[in-house]
Amino acid sequence: MVLRVLQGMLGLLLLAQSSVAGAALSIEIIGAGENQIPVAIVPFGGDARLAQAIHEVVAGDLQRSGLFRLVDPAGKLPREPAEVSYPDWLVRGADALAIGSVASNGNGVIEARFRLLDVIRQTELAGQAVSAGNDQVRAVGHRIADLIYEKLTGDKGVFSTRIAYVNRQGKRFSLIVADSDGYNEQIVLAQNEPIMSPAWSPDGRSLAYVSFETGHAVVYVQSLYANQRIVLADFRGSNSAPAWSPDGRQLAVVLTREGNSQIYLVQADGSGVRRISSSDAIDTEPNFSPDGQYLLFTSDRGGSAQIYRMPSSGGEAQRMTFGEGSNYSPRHSPDGQGFVFTHFADSKFRITMQDFKTGQMEILTAGGWEKKPSFAPNGKLILFSSEARGRGILATVSSDGKVQRHMYTQSGDAREPVWGP
Amino acid sequence: MKKLVIGIVLANLLVACASEKPKEAEKPAPAPAAAPASAPVTASAPAPVVEQKAVPAPVVGADPLNDPNGILAKRSVYYPFDVSAVQDADKPVVQAHAQYLGEHADRKVRVEGNADERGSNEYNLALGQRRAEGVKKMLVLGGTKAGQVDTVSYGEEKPVASGHDESSWSQNRRSDIKY
Repeated sequence: MVLRVLQGMLGLLLLAQSSVAGAALSIEIIGAGENQIPVAIVPFGGDARLAQAIHEVVAGDLQRSGLFRLVDPAGKLPREPAEVSYPDWLVRGADALAIGSVASNGNGVIEARFRLLDVIRQTELAGQAVSAGNDQVRAVGHRIADLIYEKLTGDKGVFSTRIAYVNRQGKRFSLIVADSDGYNEQIVLAQNEPIMSPAWSPDGRSLAYVSFETGHAVVYVQSLYANQRIVLADFRGSNSAPAWSPDGRQLAVVLTREGNSQIYLVQADGSGVRRISSSDAIDTEPNFSPDGQYLLFTSDRGGSAQIYRMPSSGGEAQRMTFGEGSNYSPRHSPDGQGFVFTHFADSKFRITMQDFKTGQMEILTAGGWEKKPSFAPNGKLILFSSEARGRGILATVSSDGKVQRHMYTQSGDAREPVWGP
Repeated sequence: MKKLVIGIVLANLLVACASEKPKEAEKPAPAPAAAPASAPVTASAPAPVVEQKAVPAPVVGADPLNDPNGILAKRSVYYPFDVSAVQDADKPVVQAHAQYLGEHADRKVRVEGNADERGSNEYNLALGQRRAEGVKKMLVLGGTKAGQVDTVSYGEEKPVASGHDESSWSQNRRSDIKY
């Protein structure tokens, strides 16, 4: 089903220049989307003086999305529209062309000016100046890639967003926040006890997660900017599976304080704990719908683990998944039309999507050890954990299942990934 | 004399091992290392010192918890995939601990539930918790007071076997009774 086309070179190129991140990364792209837009990203004037060339970040972002085919500029280096000879780019098959220049103003700030040109109509599609601190070159590149992506596809780009995941190396667990391409890793928490289930607050300023540092599972909420955290839930047994409501005011969590694992709502400051699921089975992994009205969750009340849906105020639950195997870790799509989850059958875990209206299951990955999917904010990509070369890795798949990307961190097993705002 | 000293050393080792997991007790590594080292040295002067400490041990050692061959030395129960009920084969083990704890109200245990790596991390945390709660329920039914038993789940986070096959998974689907 998935064509194995390895294009590791670009990943390695980026790797060599990202020593700032501290953790190396290599990236493989598998498969190709239909109707890829051919686009040429010309090296920016002044790029060579930066620690990281901006056009490489832009090109890497666009290529990894699976929606673009990069056209080699073959030595042509126009910086201004007046320097562009459109027939040259038409011959190469480029539909669009990005040119630009970058300058440092001397106060530690760089400014990149870029233009996106329509080669066929010979017009300018977009032009913008993006500035940032000179240690933020990658962020500038992601911003430009977002603008190009939005202009050419009509959807919002997600290259400036972040992800969180857990890295396990032997008994060492680290909670990590990184750019959506896996670079710029920052360690939020590192310890010799397990960490699970990071969850982004809707404003991207806090992470809820589960840590075993006191000997059992406790839910914490940590601010990423103020470097402070609170205990959200610490009752007897296990406290886990935090999920934010869309307004960020409350979280759904799973507690065992009354015996079995049940879903509770709690205010973001840890007050007002209220049970909302009522089964004698396991109810876990709650996830709010984008309008906040419903929760999807995993339950084995029917004998095997399946996905259910219930009003977020409590009430009757409806079973959503049927058929062979068991299902875990549901997450709503950003448009609320469906959900993605982990499907386990024939000894394999696969990332699977289901539409609420049709109830049709669509398997997106070939099958192996593919778990814990979460949507990018634009709904076009799904981040999940996978396994390759004997290690846990991060991976993305386009929501049509056509393009996969594997991200290899330097060492250890990457697990429990989640895409942030 | 020599025989006696070695016997005492072994007795001490057995007492020390009894509080460990049975699997670790099978490891013979420390015994041969300790025995030859101490035997020649204790042949003369230090012998009476060892004797004073060691002689009461077998007499007082009536606590069945410390009997390495007794049923209480078994402190783990195992499960099939996605099952949290204590299996028939393991019931006598749990019942023996229940009786012991019922007779020793001052003793406390923590039941630690674990799962294999299949399923989701969160589901497995819940499954491990349910396994631990199941053991606790059986302990309480067998005469233990609820306050003597604490439960915790590690889900799939702390595997004792790290392979990705049934021989590892079967060891990781487990509840441990820890004194």
